[in-house]
Order: sequence, then structure tokens, then C-alpha cells
Amino acid sequence: MTQSVTKTNTNVAMLKKLLVFTVVMFGFGYALVPMYERFCEVTGINNLLQPDVLDKNIKVDMTRMIAIELDANVRGMPWKFKPLQASVKIHPGESIEVMYEIRNDSDQEISGQAIPSYSPRLLEKYLKKFECFCFTKQVLKPGEVRQMPVKFVIDPQIPVDINTVTISYTFFALEPGM
Amino acid sequence: MAVVQDVHGHHDHHPSGIMRWVTTTNHKDIGTMYLWFSFAMFLTGGFLAMGIRAELFMPGIQILEPELFNSFTTLHGLIMVFGAIMPAFVGLANWQVPMMIGAPDMAFARMNNWSFWLLPVAGSLLISSFFVPGGAAAGGWTFYPPLSAQGGLGVDMMIFAIHILGASSIMGAINIITTILNMRAPGMTLMKMPMFVWTWLITAYLLVLVMPVLAGTVTMLLTDRHFGTSFFNAAGGGDPVLFQHVFWFFGHPEVYIMILPAFGIVSEIIPTFSRKPLFGYSSMVYATASIAILSCVVWAHHMFTVGMPAVGQLFFMYATMLIAVPTGVKVFNWTATMWRGSMTFETPMLFSIGFIFLFVIGGFSGVVCAIVPIDIQVQDTYYVIAHFHYVLVSGALFAIFAGVYYWLPKWCGRMYDEKLAKMHFWLSMIFFNVAFFVQHFLGLAGMPRRIPDYSLQFADFNMISSIGAFGFGLSQLLFLYIVIKCIRGGEKAADKPWDGGTTLEWTLPSPAPYHSFETPPVIK
Repeated sequence: MTQSVTKTNTNVAMLKKLLVFTVVMFGFGYALVPMYERFCEVTGINNLLQPDVLDKNIKVDMTRMIAIELDANVRGMPWKFKPLQASVKIHPGESIEVMYEIRNDSDQEISGQAIPSYSPRLLEKYLKKFECFCFTKQVLKPGEVRQMPVKFVIDPQIPVDINTVTISYTFFALEPGM
Repeated sequence: MAVVQDVHGHHDHHPSGIMRWVTTTNHKDIGTMYLWFSFAMFLTGGFLAMGIRAELFMPGIQILEPELFNSFTTLHGLIMVFGAIMPAFVGLANWQVPMMIGAPDMAFARMNNWSFWLLPVAGSLLISSFFVPGGAAAGGWTFYPPLSAQGGLGVDMMIFAIHILGASSIMGAINIITTILNMRAPGMTLMKMPMFVWTWLITAYLLVLVMPVLAGTVTMLLTDRHFGTSFFNAAGGGDPVLFQHVFWFFGHPEVYIMILPAFGIVSEIIPTFSRKPLFGYSSMVYATASIAILSCVVWAHHMFTVGMPAVGQLFFMYATMLIAVPTGVKVFNWTATMWRGSMTFETPMLFSIGFIFLFVIGGFSGVVCAIVPIDIQVQDTYYVIAHFHYVLVSGALFAIFAGVYYWLPKWCGRMYDEKLAKMHFWLSMIFFNVAFFVQHFLGLAGMPRRIPDYSLQFADFNMISSIGAFGFGLSQLLFLYIVIKCIRGGEKAADKPWDGGTTLEWTLPSPAPYHSFETPPVIK
């Protein structure tokens, strides 16, 4: 009988260890979230919402022209959002400022966050933005209209077969307090 | 949690009727219930598969509306993975692990009962989700957001079912680890354990490693859906790709959770019917362990098309290909075990050899999928469907069939009908290949998965595949008949019906007594 009691105790000790391990792994699942965020920050993947550092020695490539189409969307909020010009043409390496306009059509103060999206996908690597309304959240009072700039350069390293690109922004509503 | 140790007296008293099964703490009863539950789920998932193949029999929409078709594919995957394959392996472990290590029962007999009875709850949640407004989850068995963030009540029921199934698996795994580590008969060192026990030990560790992560993932999904968090919701600054990373951190080891016990079963059966000890036992153990470790660092090969840096793609490609090495070691060891053995081909052996043949095909198509440029072509096509059905049906499922035929005489005390069983094998083997081999061609030609309709050029192969699937489905009813026939009567089985068997369960009488090894055997 004493033998079976010892066995019971070692079993329960083992059970406790494994339960702790299970809880730790549950926490690890959550820890993956900040870990991936940090990983992307360090490696520069997915840093759509931070300003890029501009290389001072960037050379303008006068031999090429790239057409940039501007697109604006709103998702699930009573705002009007549009670029003031549908498209622009620039030389790679040349810096440019384009303007967007948002208007709050509702009678409430609403905050929103713009998320960029690029086409073709690899444009992300070559688009150097040093000012953008998407770097911060935008808060609009009822009926308020705001014009906001985006300043950027397209890296002359961009592959030669790309002549037209699209930059798209979508505004999402932020919950109060976010 | 109260942990009650079950120390049985030397008598066979147990409640009769339904209460015997509800309150049982006996590993054999619970193993039986696991196996019947998984078979019921197998038929349910199979019914969904028949629906899918019936819709795909001809181009156009005939039977299932697209939304319902999507629910069918989603629930087919979930039910087969979590309801059929995993519980079947746990059932085999419940029956066999204590008998193979000379233990009287599982370490936590009452927890064992609980982990089984959670399963019918989860299973009925999944099935009843078809009948709620909005229907069952339809975003694929991997339930990627944003689709899974948008669905209706059916998705919540699925999330809850996964929580329950996860809890059940974790408890089962803890039980198995403790039983194996603490309750082996004197003299049975780790390196003397049967391969089935070894593979289950490693599988159980994988389960406690990754099942909690899955629980975390579905919890995040749940709070995203109802409590205003934004883990995966782009609108609130979350990232749907994050879901894929966290999901596949569970999902890839899960693949090995479903195949390692199969390796174990085959490693028991091949030596028995070759009448030779397993070739390279210790290399088998190390190969299993290295597969388990490697399986934790390859998850992103499921997501080569999400936009990953080339360095990442290369790492995951090479790591994935590396798994072929320990897997190859296993295949060569099984082949070497058969080499010059006095082989006989009873049904367990047939299923095991069928397993080796077809699993290797699935393994090779896996290496093909691991190559990034090819994967980008075949991602989400029928090539992938063919690949994972070769490893899960002709891999995991065939091994389960092999194990059931192998141990059925021990469980029931009677021999199954060998002639019918051989017929079951050949029907399964032929129809399986008819159903799934052509799907390689469909995938290479570009037929996408999870779509109820297809272009006309895919029509012939789809019809062949559907015929194969119907045949395969019907053949499984024969299996049900064989098992029932064996339970009800048949030739009395000897204590050791297979003369090559060397493991401890064959030293017990057939059928195995309700309580076995109450005095542990001594292993020399």
C-alpha cells in the first residue's frame, strides 16, 4: 500500500508540472503577438505606419517616369475620403507631395486610422514615405474637413518593368478610447 | 482540480447498463468508447465528404449551395481531424499503452473518463452548428480571419467545440505521459518500451506543447469577435497574417500528432508479421524525436504565399525538406525489418504495407510542396488535397485500421473474419487511389480547393475521383460489419494469435481481462 501511495504522489507531482507547462504554453500563444510585432519592427517587415529614413544620396532617374494612381476608401464609418488628384507622374528619386481630403459627415466626433495598401506588392520596398497622415490617428469633429499630405520618394532601384503603381488608403473607425 | 486515483480491488464489479459506460474509469472501457466515438465521427465526416464529392461529380451546382458546400468542406476537415483521427489514436493508446508497459490502468482514471465525455459534447456542438441561423462555419477547417471573424453563431459553436476538444486532448496527453513515465513495469527501461508507446509519449508531449497555443488562438478569435479586441482585425490595427502564424505553430505539429502514433502501430505490426525484431529500434526512437522537434520549426511552409521575405521562405523550405531525412530513416527501417523475414500477409500486415507505399507517395508530394516556387503554383489546389489525404487517410487512417485488426482478437477474444477483412483492405486500397491519385493531376492543372464548381476541362478526373470516394466510403461500412461480426462471435482467439508478437499484451489471456497487470510483470 505504501508503494501505491508513493506512486500516487509522483503521479500528482507529474500532473502539476504538466498543467503548469500547459498554462505556460497558453500564455506563450499570447506572447507570440508582441513577439511577432517586435520581430517585424526589427526586421523592417510590415512597417507601413512608420516614417522611412530618407537616403540623402538618392539620385533622380530622369530617364524614367512612373505613374502613381491614388485611391482612397472608407470602411464602415460616415466619412468622405478622396485624393485631390487621381494620379501623378514622377521620376524615380524625385520627392513629391500629394494631398488627400477627409470630411466627417456625421454629427459625432470620430477617430479613424488609415491603413495603406500598395500594388504591385513589392512597391512597399521601394516607396519611401517620410510624411503621411497614416502615421497617426485622425480625429474629426462633426462636419470637419481636413486636407492631409503624403510626402514620398520612389527608390530608383525599382524594377524597370514597373511603370504604373497604385497607392491606396483605407480609413477604419477606431473605437472610442483607442 | 481534484485528482482521484483509482485503486481497484481484485474484483470485476462495475455498474451494468449505461451507467457502466458513463461512470467507467477502466482504461479498456474508455478506450472502447474512444474508438466507437471516433468511428461515429468518421462516418459523419465521411457523409460530408460524400456530399462534397457528389457536388463535384459534375461541373455546375447540383446538390449543395456554395455556402453549404463551404460548410461541408470546413466541417469535414474539423470532424475528421479532431473527431475521428485524434480520438481513434487516443482510444488505441487507452487500450494498449497500459497493457504494453505492464501497468494496471492509466495514471488518472477519473480524468480519463472526463476527457472522453467532453468529446461527445464537442462533437454534437459541431454537428448541430449546421442547424443554427447562418449555418455551420464555412471558412475552411483552418478558420482564417477575416472570414472566421465575420461568420455567425456557427463559428462561435466551432470555437467552443475546439476549446473543449483541446481540453480533452490536453488531459488525455497528460494522462498518457504520466502513465508512460511513472507506471512502467519494473525492468522496462525507456529504451525497452515498444515503439507504439514511444511514439505516443512523443506525441503526447507535442500535444501539451501546441494544443494550448491553439486554445489561445481561438480565444483571441473569440475576443476579436465579441469583446472588441483586435488581434487579427486589420480595422483595429491587428493583422490577419498573425493568425496564420499562430495557427500553424499549432497546425504543423498537429500533423505529426496525427502521424507519429501511426508510425508506432506500423512499427509493432511489421516486426510481428515479418517474425524479426524491428530493425534499428534506437534509430526509430531518435527519428521520431527529431521529427517532433523539426515539426515545430516549419510552420510557415503553409503560408509561402502571404508575402514572406525570401530568407524566411528559404529557411522554412530547407527545414521542411529536412524532415524527409528522419522519415526516410523510418521507411528504410520498416523495409529492412521485412527484408528476409518470414513474412505472412494477414490484414494488419496488408494495411501496414499499404501504409508504407501510400504514405511514401504522400511524403514525396510533401517534399514537392515544400519547394517554394512549386508551392506558390499549387497552393490551395487539389494537389495539396491529394498530398494530405495520402498522409492522413492512407497514412493515419490505414494505420488505425491496421492497429484495430491487429489488436481486435485481444480486445474481443475472437478472430475477425480474415476473408472479409482482406476484402476491406483491397477495396479501401483501390478506391482510395481512384479517389485521390487523380487529384494530383487536377491540382497541377490548377483546380482550386474549396470551390463547389469547376471548369469543364476538370470534369473527367472529378468524376473518377467521386466514384473512388463513393467506393471508399461504402467500403468502410464493410469494416463496421466486420468489427460487429467479430464482437458477436467467431473463432476463439488464442492469447497470442500472431506468433510473431513479442510485446506484453500477448502474455495476457484473450479477451484481455477487465483488470490486467495488477501485479506488474517483471521485464528481464
